[in-house]
Amino acid sequence: MKVILDAGQIDRTIEHLADEIGEQTSSCNESAIIGVRSRGEILAERLAERLSRKLGRQVPCGTLDITLYRDDLNAPHGDSQPLVRTTEIGFDIDNKTIILVDDVLYTGRSTRAAMDALMDLGRPRAIRLAVLVERAGRELPIQADYAGYKADVGPEQSVQVNFVESDGKDEVIVT
Amino acid sequence: MSRILDMMDRHTSGRTGKRHNTTMAIIHRSGKPFKWQRKHLLGLRDLSVEEIEYILDTATGFEQISTRSVKKAPPLRGKVVVNLFFEDSTRTRASFSLAASRLSADVMEFTQKASSVSKGETLLDTARNLEAMGIDIVVIRHSAAGVPMLLSRNIKACVVNAGDGYCEHPTQGLLDAYTIRQAKGSLEGLKIAIVGDIAHSRVARSDMWAMTKLGAEVTFVGPPTLMPAEVGRLPVKVSYSLDKVIEEVDVVNMLRIQFERIGGNLFPSIREYSRYFGLTVERVKRAKPNILVMHPGPINRGLEIESEVADGPNSVILQQVTNGLAVRMAVLFLVNQAAAETPV
Repeated sequence: MKVILDAGQIDRTIEHLADEIGEQTSSCNESAIIGVRSRGEILAERLAERLSRKLGRQVPCGTLDITLYRDDLNAPHGDSQPLVRTTEIGFDIDNKTIILVDDVLYTGRSTRAAMDALMDLGRPRAIRLAVLVERAGRELPIQADYAGYKADVGPEQSVQVNFVESDGKDEVIVT
Repeated sequence: MSRILDMMDRHTSGRTGKRHNTTMAIIHRSGKPFKWQRKHLLGLRDLSVEEIEYILDTATGFEQISTRSVKKAPPLRGKVVVNLFFEDSTRTRASFSLAASRLSADVMEFTQKASSVSKGETLLDTARNLEAMGIDIVVIRHSAAGVPMLLSRNIKACVVNAGDGYCEHPTQGLLDAYTIRQAKGSLEGLKIAIVGDIAHSRVARSDMWAMTKLGAEVTFVGPPTLMPAEVGRLPVKVSYSLDKVIEEVDVVNMLRIQFERIGGNLFPSIREYSRYFGLTVERVKRAKPNILVMHPGPINRGLEIESEVADGPNSVILQQVTNGLAVRMAVLFLVNQAAAETPV
């Protein structure tokens, strides 16, 4: 196990992401942040808070559960059976630029599921992808618009993002 | 309570103040993550508390599909669900059909009158023929208790019981528990009266299993002639007077008088039944102000329940119907998940 980002580095990375997103969305009023359950939800809330401060207006923030849109539902899951939870988006996504937020971008399959789930909720003007950690291994033609940290890890390794809210500690580890 | 020990970590979001679930798995008391493993839902009697709560928790995630503009999600895409109904039904069949459609399954409707069953085909032959067409889930209703179980032992598809004889109607029990949980937060410690024709009611039995397992105290209320013979062995109290229990209960579930099942001699007259066991405005006035009034439908207005009560502020009768859809989506989703785990 190796820590690739500690709490301070995660904080600066999120600040950086918020700066970058802020620069490109300040011109358009209609943007919103939507996090993919479960770690993306926490990241989205932190991003929305900083972005709201930078832009001087409240940026709406919601949570998306993508379980029903996963492409591996009909495959055996071992011990990690997917649990269906709620999507909580308290605003209309039509014609908004949606910043889709997830903790790690790896195969791109979660992102595909998230985009399909979003399309069933309305017709956003655009969807942008923001992730804390990006790693190699894409299986679909998907890339991040905003990537906080590019991790150089092999296919045999896994990247785990921990947050205080869910895991008691902010850190990104490779195992 | 030694139930689900870790019911998912929760944290309070500083931004909105609302509570979220943030971790992935429910941990069973054995220490392993809870996993749904049943590819059939035959009844609630054999389900554990964890299993019932897992279905209800899953149903919460399906509620919103029915409220958004695209009322469809893809988890059963390419699957075939057969509604095999050997008894009349409007609400349950429509609810299962819509639930399956909303999960993107193909739905085949099958009724006794318009089928080869009327030409003498046996149940298992009918089922095997349907199976030969490549079906994944059978939703079955039959007037004989045990038919869903018989079917589950003879075909490879998932079987969901939509009512068998006077035995069980598990999705009704689940949606009733779901509706109470939604309104009251929990069933733990609640007093619930189930009133009417208990003997001929599979709803009463499934309700009893779900509600008592979730910690409620259930009382069967009705005339002695409409109590099941085995009532002494069931985990319920019995009362022959609605007036005696109406003031203390938190929930009252009024069963329909089933004219099609009852011979003429189980109670003297419908008027007399209605006077002693009908839920009237006057009785509701004597009850707790927040009493929850339920009915599995279809209602006989003015008989077991007065119209003003059925349409009144304490009534959740239509909410039950709405919740039924979410619960049935959850059940179809979960049995299909279990089938995916055990490929045949």
